[in-house]
Amino acid sequence: MRTQQQTPSRTVPLYERPAALLDVPAHYCSGCGHGTVHRLVAEVLQELDIREKTIGIAPVGCAVLAYDYIDIDWSEAAHGRPPAVATGLKRVHPDKIVFTYQGDGDLASIGMAETLHCANRGENITTIFINNAIYGMTSGQMAPTTLVGQKTATTPLGRQPATEGHPIRMCELLNQLESPALLARVTITTPRRVRETKRFIKKAFRYQMQGVGFSMVEVLSPCPTYWHMSPIDSFRFIEDEMVRTFPLGVVRDVRNRDDAAD
Amino acid sequence: MAENVALTGNDSAAYALRQINPDVVAAYPITPQTELMHKFAAYVADGEVDTELVRVESEHSAMSATVAASLSGARACTATSANGLALMWEILYIASSTRCPIVMPVVNRALSAPINIHCDHSDTMGARDSGWIQLYSENCQEAYDNAVQAVRIAEHPDVRLPVMVCLDGFILSHTLEGLEVNDDQDVKDFIGTLDRPDSLLNVDDPETFGMFTLQNYYFEFKKQQVDAMEKVPAVIEQVGQEYGELTGRSYGLLDPYRCEDADIILVGLGSTTGTAKQAADDLREEEGLKCGVLKLRTFRPFPAEQVCRVLSGADITGVLDRAVSFGLGGPLFHELRSARYGETAPMIDFIYGLGGRDLSLDNVKDIFRSLAEARDSGQTEPTTRFVGVRE
Ligand SMILES: Cc1ncc(C[n+]2csc(CCOP(=O)(O)OP(=O)(O)O)c2C)c(N)n1
Ligand code: SF4
Repeated sequence: MRTQQQTPSRTVPLYERPAALLDVPAHYCSGCGHGTVHRLVAEVLQELDIREKTIGIAPVGCAVLAYDYIDIDWSEAAHGRPPAVATGLKRVHPDKIVFTYQGDGDLASIGMAETLHCANRGENITTIFINNAIYGMTSGQMAPTTLVGQKTATTPLGRQPATEGHPIRMCELLNQLESPALLARVTITTPRRVRETKRFIKKAFRYQMQGVGFSMVEVLSPCPTYWHMSPIDSFRFIEDEMVRTFPLGVVRDVRNRDDAAD
Repeated sequence: MAENVALTGNDSAAYALRQINPDVVAAYPITPQTELMHKFAAYVADGEVDTELVRVESEHSAMSATVAASLSGARACTATSANGLALMWEILYIASSTRCPIVMPVVNRALSAPINIHCDHSDTMGARDSGWIQLYSENCQEAYDNAVQAVRIAEHPDVRLPVMVCLDGFILSHTLEGLEVNDDQDVKDFIGTLDRPDSLLNVDDPETFGMFTLQNYYFEFKKQQVDAMEKVPAVIEQVGQEYGELTGRSYGLLDPYRCEDADIILVGLGSTTGTAKQAADDLREEEGLKCGVLKLRTFRPFPAEQVCRVLSGADITGVLDRAVSFGLGGPLFHELRSARYGETAPMIDFIYGLGGRDLSLDNVKDIFRSLAEARDSGQTEPTTRFVGVRE
C-alpha cells in the first residue's frame, strides 16, 4: 500500500483578482453585465501578458468609467466614435494592442457608420460589444437592438417594427463585409457561458496580436435596471427571449480553428 | 383654465410641447434633456398628442428629420443638450437658412472634453452664429412660457427662423418648481395654425430647398437671414405682450430688476440671474449697496440698444458668463462691451460655473462687493475674472 505523498506547504491560488482589475467599488447596478465582462477583459490581458501595451477606448454609455476599473491606458471617445479613435491610435502604434468597449447605442446607433467602416477597412483592433438591448446610461430608451415589442422609456407600448424597424444583428451585418476576422456572439448567463465568452475575448485579442484583423465579440448582457427585472429574471430573459433574436455562436472566423482559442 | 402645478424644467418644456402638439418630433436621448423626451413619448403613447415621434439614431439625424418635416409644411420640434447640439451643428445652419420655424428646447450642458453632464452655456454659446433665435430661461415657468411663445416667434411671417429655448441643465431641468400652466385651448388659440406658404409636397407650386448657389446668389440668402433677424426684436416684444394679456406674464427682450436707481448692475443669462436678484435685494438691505440685475432673455438677436439704455445710469457693470471663448473671454461680456462702444463706465467679466460648478448666493454677493470696490478704487483690472476655480 502506497503512503500518500506529503504535499509541500505551498498556497496555490485558485481564484484571484487579475492585476489589471482595480480593487475599487464599481458604479454598475447589481446584476449588470459590464462588471463581469470587465473582469474577463482584465483576465485575458493578464494571461496574454499584454497589459502593459494595451490601450482601451472607452465609450459614452454606462461603461464610460471603464478607465476607473481596468488599469491600463485609456482614451475616451465621443459617443459612437471609438472605432475611429481606435483606428487613429492603431495606425500610429501598430505594435500596441487597441480595443474598443462599446454599448449598443454607441456601436450600432450613433456610431454605426464608424463601426461599419472600421470593420470594412479590417482595422487590426478588437471590439467588445455589450448588447443589452437598451440605452442604459441615459435611463432606458430604445436601442437599435431593442427586441420587437420590448417596452422602453421611448417606446412605452413596445417597439413596433412598422415605425421603429427591427433589431439590428451586428455580427450578421458585419458578416456582409469581406474584411472582418472574427465575429462572435456570446453571453454570460451561466458559468459555462462566461468561460466561453472569455475564450472568444481571448481569441479576439490573440488575432490582433497575430495581425489577423478586425474582431468583434458581441456579449448579450443584462441591464436589470432598465429591463425592470431582477438579475435572475434578466438572465432568463436573455436565455428565453434575447437569443431568439440574437442567436449565439460564431458568425465569422477566418481561421476557423480552435487552436487559437485558449 | 390656467392651473398651478409642480413640474421640473424638463416636464414643463414637455408640457408645452404637448400643448403645442407638433406634427413631428425627432429626437435622440442625451442627459439632461432625456426626461423631456420620456415625458413626451408618454404623451404620444397615451394619445394626448397627434405627433409622429421618430426615434432616430443620432442628433444629426434628429435635426435633419426635423428640418425635412418643417420644409414639408409640418410643425416640427426636437430637443437636445451639449454634445447632441454639437452633432447637429451642420444642420443647425441649414435649418435657419432654409427658414424652418423649428422650436427646440436646449437643456444647457457643458461640452466635452473632459466629459461632463452638468450645466454651462458652452453648447448654445457655440451655436450663437448659427442663425437661430436664442431665448434663455431663468426658471421652469419661463422655460414653459418661452416654449409656447417660441412657436409664435418662429412662425411669424416676418421671421420664419428657428428658436432655441435654453434652460439650465439639472438646475432647472431636474428641479421641481411651482408654476402656472395655461389652458390647452388657450395655447392652441395663441399659437394658431402653421402657415408655411412655400412648403414641399405642394404639387401646385413645386419647391427646391437648399439648392446649390455659388457667388451668384449665396450672399443674398445670407442677407435675407440678416434682415429677418432684424425684425425679430419687435416680434418678440409683440408676442411677449400678447402672452401677457392672456396669462398675466408679459415678456420682452430683457428683464431689468431694480436697475432704475442701481449704481452696480450685474448682467447674466438663465437661472443664475435668480440668485443674483436675491443677492441684490440682500445687499441693498444689509449693506446699502444699490445693486441691480439685468437678465437677458434674448441673446440672439442681441438686444444691444435696449441693454445700453438700462446700463446707462450705472457706475459699473459686471457680466456673468457661463461659457468662455478661448483667447477672448466671456461671450456675453464681449457682446456687451462692443454694444456699449464709447461708454466710459467700467465693466468686469466674471466667468463662472463651467461644468456645473456651483455659484452660491454668497459668491454672487462677493461679485457685487468686488464691483463696488473696483468702482471706489478705480482699480478694475483684471477685467476678466474667474469665480471659484483652483489656480
Ligand atoms: C452626441 C451625443 N448624443 C447623445 C449622448 C447621450 N448618451 C450617452 S450614453 C447614451 C446611450 C448609451 O447606450 P449604450 O451605448 O447602449 O450603452 P449602455 O449605457 O447601455 O451600456 C447616450 C444616448 C451623448 N453623450 N452624446
Ligand atoms: S443601467 Fe443597465 S447597463 Fe447601466 S450599469 Fe445599470 S444595469 Fe448596467
